[in-house]
Amino acid sequence: MANKLISQMGLPPSIANVFAARNIMTAKDALSLPEFELMTLLDMGLDQVKSAVERISEIICPPYQTALSLMEDRVRLGGHLPTLLRGLDDALCGGIPFGALTELVGPSGIGKTQFCLKLSLLAALPFCYGGLNGRVVYIDTEYKFSSHRMVEIGKNSFPQIFQSEGMAQQMAGRIIVVRMSSLPEFMERLQQLKFTLIQHDVKLLIVDSMAALVSGVNDTSTAGPKQHLLRWPLSFLKSLAEFSRIPVVVTNQVRSQNTDEAFHYPFQVQEKDSSKNFERLESHLIAALGIQWAHAVTIRLIFEAHSGVWWVGERGAVEILLACKGGHVQHNP
Amino acid sequence: MEIANLPISPSHRAKLLSAGYTTFSSLSAVSPSQLARDLNIALQEASDILKVVSDITRSESLHGGNAILKGAQTAWDMLSEEQMQKRITTGCDDLDTILGGGIHCKEVTEVGGVPGIGKTQLGIQLAVNVQIPVEYGGLGGKAVYIDTEGSFMVERAYQVAEGCIMDTLDKFGHHRKVILDCQEQMQPNSFLANIFYFRICSYTEQIAVINYLQKFLAEQKDVKIIIIDSVTFHFRQDFDDLALRTRVLCGMSLKLMELTKTYNLAVVLLNQVTTKFTEGSFQLTLALGDSWSHACTNRVILYWNGNERHAYIDKSPSLRSASAPFSVTSKGIRNATSQCKRVRMM
Repeated sequence: MANKLISQMGLPPSIANVFAARNIMTAKDALSLPEFELMTLLDMGLDQVKSAVERISEIICPPYQTALSLMEDRVRLGGHLPTLLRGLDDALCGGIPFGALTELVGPSGIGKTQFCLKLSLLAALPFCYGGLNGRVVYIDTEYKFSSHRMVEIGKNSFPQIFQSEGMAQQMAGRIIVVRMSSLPEFMERLQQLKFTLIQHDVKLLIVDSMAALVSGVNDTSTAGPKQHLLRWPLSFLKSLAEFSRIPVVVTNQVRSQNTDEAFHYPFQVQEKDSSKNFERLESHLIAALGIQWAHAVTIRLIFEAHSGVWWVGERGAVEILLACKGGHVQHNP
Repeated sequence: MEIANLPISPSHRAKLLSAGYTTFSSLSAVSPSQLARDLNIALQEASDILKVVSDITRSESLHGGNAILKGAQTAWDMLSEEQMQKRITTGCDDLDTILGGGIHCKEVTEVGGVPGIGKTQLGIQLAVNVQIPVEYGGLGGKAVYIDTEGSFMVERAYQVAEGCIMDTLDKFGHHRKVILDCQEQMQPNSFLANIFYFRICSYTEQIAVINYLQKFLAEQKDVKIIIIDSVTFHFRQDFDDLALRTRVLCGMSLKLMELTKTYNLAVVLLNQVTTKFTEGSFQLTLALGDSWSHACTNRVILYWNGNERHAYIDKSPSLRSASAPFSVTSKGIRNATSQCKRVRMM
């Protein structure tokens, strides 16, 4: 949209020619400049510049919808992938949402990959069993995908489906696993994914895990360069999710946080001093990948183990504390 | 006003000055054909220039509003106007109190905070609360929600609308007549129908939508709040030229302020945070830099205080710096409860 050519916008020819003569070809060029600068550059009166900018803006501006019609679209086209964990589905208003980036965060061994395996199965199931009847692209960066485990989960959770001949093969056949371990490779594959998603009826994209891609980069260990690297994959993943209306699930690691790193606002400084001693004793865990990434994901599911035991069979003793992003905080026993 | 400041093209201005026309009085007596001959331009262009000059001189001599200065208002008039304005409630009484009753119309309020603190929740709550009918003490207006991150969840908006309607009807439970009159308006679906949603995917579209809003608002008379969630996202991603970014942001903020004054509505901008190295340590601050921090009228920062969510008025011409606790519940933003569960990890 931003790169639409001015010559194709139906402006009066004299004005369109002036824009072209000054090398302002796309709407992006025109709208990036303040109006006075445009006036100087194009040598036109202010009124003319204003009306040209108005016309360009009107064409570039995306159409609006009322929230009601958004709701109706979601109901009609389906908006969620149910996880079959009732508390989670209730809090997420139906399940993992389409068109948004969902992040799974937790310490290692808590069950993020298991959850991803379960989600892949759920997406591959036919409609009659509550699935999305589609393919799944599973990007595995830590070589953790275990097809044996996935079939085991399938047999235990949906015995009636997996009993019948060939179903296991068909379901497993719908899950496409891609292994990669470097960020440049990831970025290259993402480009190809755009077409694959539409052509092959992919209904779910899982990246397990995102943090592993970045941590492999040989840079000085400051937050700056790493966040910069993620900017493009991040916005690309988001746009992929939205335009193909599929859920995109990404897993993230945690790292321990130095108490010196605990960031505060300038007006909070005084409060920090009084509790400084107490805080030093605890070491907090925070999600990796930084604050800019955290702003960009729509839903963040944080996995914590409270009872000390996790993953006992299918309905494990993992307590899922729902994160504050995307909904209100709710505690699931 | 000088010739040098006329809003005409630079080449015409240069020609006027070099032909000897330095003041307006010198232009008042000249005819279009004479000007065309002197400047060596087409007749139509000369008459356009004279028209611009006469418009300006005419408007300067008009007495608008105040006899002393055109278009000015006395402070007393402004005060009486402000006192008649209704505020948009946020749903949390403490937060409303520190905001002076709620979000003000005719002002640009910026709300910033770390991810997960509730900025989008506050945005959705305001988009719903602005629609509370006048009979129930609200503004009865519509909302424009400009989403740059894709974080607007329509099911959540439905939940918040339901919660708001339920609480409003509870509060006014004894006024039976009022309830019957507004029956159709007080349905979650009709609240959703009054939220206009724009999904923006690049900064060009963000600029375009703000330009387009001038036309949109002229057609949709009832819009009382514009929420931009978030104003930062595209400006952090695509810009390498920071000087250009500052200029574009300035232009955008001026246009938004103009919109609030012309159409008498509130603008709420949601912003992200970043870290800044000041006074020897890293501190949190709102994104987009120091020049952007001048763009808004009021600035509210949402932050975690231990396990509770708090809001702090960071900058305001009339409100005192204060903080207030609030909480995010299934019904939306409400007063803080005594026990609040905060997830251990950030």
